[in-house]
Amino acid sequence: MRYLLRRAMHTVFLLFGVSILTFLFSALTPGNYFDEMRLNSQISPETVAALRAQYQLDRPLPVRYIHWLNSVAHGDLGFSFAYNSPVGPLLWVRARNTLLLTATATLLAWLLALPLGVWSAARLGRAPDRVLSWTTAALLVIPDLILALGLLILAVRTGWFPTGGLVSVGYETLSPLQKLRDLALHMALPVFALVLSALPMLVRHVRASVAEVLDAPFLRAALAHGIPRRKLLYGYALRAAANPLISLFGFSVGALLSGSFLVEVIMSWPGLGPLLLEAILARDLYVVIGGVLLSMIFLVSGNLFADLLLYWADPRIRTAASAK
Amino acid sequence: MTPILEVQNLHVAYFAPTGQLCPALAGVHFDLAPGEILGVLGESGSGKSTLAASLLRLLPSNGKIQQGKVLFDGINLLEASPQNLRKIRGGRISLIVQEPSSSLHPTLQVGRQVSDALAAHKPLDRSTLREKTGQLLSTVFPADAERISRSYPHELSGGQRQRVLIAQAIACRPSLVIADEPTASLDPTTQQEILLLFRTLTQKFGMAMILITHNPALLTGFADRILVLYAGRVAEIGPTATVLSSPQHPYTEALLRCLPSHFADERSVRKARLHVIAGDPPDLSLHAKGCQFEPRCTDRMEICKCDEPAGAAVSELHNVACFKFAG
Amino acid sequence: MQPLLRIENLVKHYAAGRSASSRDKLAALDGVSLSIAPQTTLALLGKSGSGKSTLALCIACLERPTSGSIWFEGVGVTALAESERRRVRPQIQLVFQDPASSLNPRWTALEIVSEPLLVQQRFTKQERIEKTHTLLDRVALPRKMASRRPDELSGGQKQRLAIARALALEPKLIILDEALSALDCSVQAQISNLLLDLQSSLGLTYLFITHDFAMAAHLADQIAVMDRGRIVESGLTEKILSFPCHQATRSLLAATPSLAETQNVLVEL
Repeated sequence: MRYLLRRAMHTVFLLFGVSILTFLFSALTPGNYFDEMRLNSQISPETVAALRAQYQLDRPLPVRYIHWLNSVAHGDLGFSFAYNSPVGPLLWVRARNTLLLTATATLLAWLLALPLGVWSAARLGRAPDRVLSWTTAALLVIPDLILALGLLILAVRTGWFPTGGLVSVGYETLSPLQKLRDLALHMALPVFALVLSALPMLVRHVRASVAEVLDAPFLRAALAHGIPRRKLLYGYALRAAANPLISLFGFSVGALLSGSFLVEVIMSWPGLGPLLLEAILARDLYVVIGGVLLSMIFLVSGNLFADLLLYWADPRIRTAASAK
Repeated sequence: MTPILEVQNLHVAYFAPTGQLCPALAGVHFDLAPGEILGVLGESGSGKSTLAASLLRLLPSNGKIQQGKVLFDGINLLEASPQNLRKIRGGRISLIVQEPSSSLHPTLQVGRQVSDALAAHKPLDRSTLREKTGQLLSTVFPADAERISRSYPHELSGGQRQRVLIAQAIACRPSLVIADEPTASLDPTTQQEILLLFRTLTQKFGMAMILITHNPALLTGFADRILVLYAGRVAEIGPTATVLSSPQHPYTEALLRCLPSHFADERSVRKARLHVIAGDPPDLSLHAKGCQFEPRCTDRMEICKCDEPAGAAVSELHNVACFKFAG
Repeated sequence: MQPLLRIENLVKHYAAGRSASSRDKLAALDGVSLSIAPQTTLALLGKSGSGKSTLALCIACLERPTSGSIWFEGVGVTALAESERRRVRPQIQLVFQDPASSLNPRWTALEIVSEPLLVQQRFTKQERIEKTHTLLDRVALPRKMASRRPDELSGGQKQRLAIARALALEPKLIILDEALSALDCSVQAQISNLLLDLQSSLGLTYLFITHDFAMAAHLADQIAVMDRGRIVESGLTEKILSFPCHQATRSLLAATPSLAETQNVLVEL
C-alpha cells in the first residue's frame, strides 16, 4: 500500500515536471500561433494584439503557467486556437479513436507473440525457429513508415480496404452489424500495420525469455516427473519467463496513446497523432500540452501497471518488498 | 529374483563446442534388484550425474547415448517411445536432480508443484488431488505440512526444499528412485534426517533406490551395495560392508584412505598429512588407452597401459575391474 | 602469549520484518566470545543458521557488529575509524565455500590473484607479476593455469586459486568459511594438506568454519560449537571429541557420517 502511494506521488511530480518542460519548450520554439495571422495583411495589427491579449500570450511565462495550472485544477484544459474550442473534448474524442486502434493491435500482437515465441523457443536453433528469426529480423528492419505506406498502396490498388478515416460517409444510416463491419474494415489496415511493427520485437522477447528458462534445472526436474509437454511449456516455462514479459506488457499498455503516431498520420486515422502534429505545427499551445500530458499519464500508468503486475505475479518480489 | 533394472554396456558421450565427442560413460554394467538400495560412489568427472540422467534419457542437448541397453521391467528405456518414456518418468522411475535450490519452480506454490507431479500420471479430480497432495506432504513434513504447501520455494530452507523434491519423487509410488547427490548442500543433521526419510520410504513402499554421492561415509548403514565409478567406468561393485572395509580396486582403496581418520584421540594423528591420490582425474577427451586409473595407481603393471580391465569376480557378489584380479 | 584474535560479547542484529526499526530483530550473533592463539587453528562448528558466517563477516570487518568488541593483535578493531580499519582488513582474509561465485569468471587466474595487489597500489606491475607467480607456486597451481579462467579449472584448482588470492596480502589470519565442503573427498585431502603446509611455512592462523566434524577434528587445535548465535561449547579438540557436553555438540557428532561404524548408523535424532 505504501508502495502504491509512493508511486502515485512520483507520478504527480513527474506530471508537473513534464508540463513545465512542455510549456518551456513551446515558449522557446520560435513564433506563436498569431504569427501566421500577422502575416495576413487583411487582419490589422490591433486585432492581432487584442487576440493575443485575450489569450494572455503577452503575459510572462510563469504567470501563464500558473493560470493554466489553475484551470486544469478546475477541469479546464485550455482552449485551442486552431479549432476554436476547448481542448478537453477535442482530446477525448481523438484519444478514444487512438485507443480503439492501439488496444486492438496490442491485444492481437500479444496473442500472436506468445504462442509464436514459445513455439520458436521449443525448437531453438532448428529450421522453423531460424525461419521465424529471419522473418522477425526483416520486419524489424523495415521502418514503420514503409510498412504503413506499403499497406496504403495495397488499399489504393486493390480497393479492398478504405484508404483512410474512421468510418465511411453515411455511417449513421447503416445497421449495427453493417456499422461494425464498416468500422472493422477501416481499422483493418492500421491495426495490421501496428501489429506488424510490434510483433517482431515481442516474439523475439518471448522467445529469448522462454529459451533462457528452458535450460533451467527446475524445468529438467519437471520433465523428470513426466509432466506433459504443453503444461511444461506454458504452465512452467512461460510462467517462469514471465517477469521481463510483464514489464514489456506494461510498456505496451503505456505506449497505447503514443505508439501509433506515425501510422495514424499516414493512414489518416483521426486519432491523437494527427491532432498533435497539426497542433505543434500551428503552435496551438494548449492542445500540445494537453496531448503530451495525456500520453504521459498513460505511459506512467503503464509502468505502474507493470510493476503491480510483477508484484502480483512473482512471490519473490513480494517477499523482497515486504522485507524492506 | 528378476532384477528391476539392468544396465548393459552403456556408453554415453558429450559433444564439445568444437564438435569433438568426449566420452563420459564407457561400458557401464550393473543390475538392481527390487527394493534394493545401490550407492553409486564417484567424484567429479566420474560420470555419476551422466549416469543418472541417461537412465531416463534426460541428458542435455549435447549428450549422446552411443550404445547400450537400460532394461526396466523388460522395456529398453533407450528405445522407448516418447509417450511411454513420459509415463515412466515420475510414474515408475523418479529422478531427484542435484540442485534442490533451483529444482523447484520459483513462482509456483510448493503444494501445487507436488500436485502437478501427481496429476502427471494419475487422472484425479480436484478434491482427491488436493487430499492426496496433503497426504504426501504430511509424509515428508510430519508437522507443518499445510503451511509448507502454501509456501514458495524461496521461503523454504535447503532441507525443506529437498523434502519437497522427495515428495514429488514418491508421489506416484515409483518402483525406482534415483537420487543425485540429495544431501550435498545440507548440514549433517539435516543430511541424516533426509537419509532416514529415504530409508523409511523405501521400506514402506518397497522402492528400489540408486543414491549417487561423492561421500563414502553417507552410504554406511544405508546402501545395500556400492558401485564405485571412476572415469565413466565401473571400478568396483559389491556389498557395502565389504567394499568399504576391504576395498579391492586401487582407486577405492586410495579414496577411502583420503578420509580423515576422525575421532582419533592421539595428538600424533591430528594435523598429519592426509593421504592423497597422486595426480588428477583423467581428461576423458584425450581418449587414452588402457586403464583410466593407471597414471595414478600405485599397483600398476605393464598391461594396465595397453588394455582396459574387464570386471572380474572377487567373490560371489563382489566384482572388480582391475588386472590384479583378472583370470 | 597474546591471542591473535579476541572477541568479547559480540552481538549482531539484523532487522527482520517490515521496517528497520521493528521489534522483531533477528539476533544472528547473541553474545559471542572466543580467542584464537597465533599460528593455531580454531574450528567453528554449528548447524545452518547458527551464525557462523555472520561471525566470519564481522571478524573480517565486512560487517559492523551491533555491539561487543573485537581485538586483533591487541588492537581494538571495532572502535577504529573506517580509514584505520582499512589497514587491518588486509591482515584478515576470507576463503569461501563456493569458488565459482567468489572468483570473477571473466578474469584469468593471474588477474584474480593480482587484484588485491593492484588495489593496494603498493607494487609496480613487474612486482605484481612476480608475486603472483610465487603465490601460484605456493598453492601448487602449475604456471600454465595462470592464463585460464575459473570455468576452465576444476573445483580443487579453483579453491587453490582462492587461497592464493587470500595469501596475496600476506595476512595473519585466514577465515575459511566452509572452504572444503563443496569438494570431493580426495580433493579435500589435498587442500587440507596444502593448508597445513602453508600454516607451518607462513605462520598462518586459521578460523575454520565447517559443519564437518571429521575434518575439523583433523585440522583444528581447538573447537568451538555455535548454536543460535552463541558459543555453547569450546575447548581443545580432544576434549570436545571425548567428552562433548552440550546437546548441540552431541547431535552434530552423532550426525557426522562415519566410515568406522558399519552397523546401522541412521539414528533417530
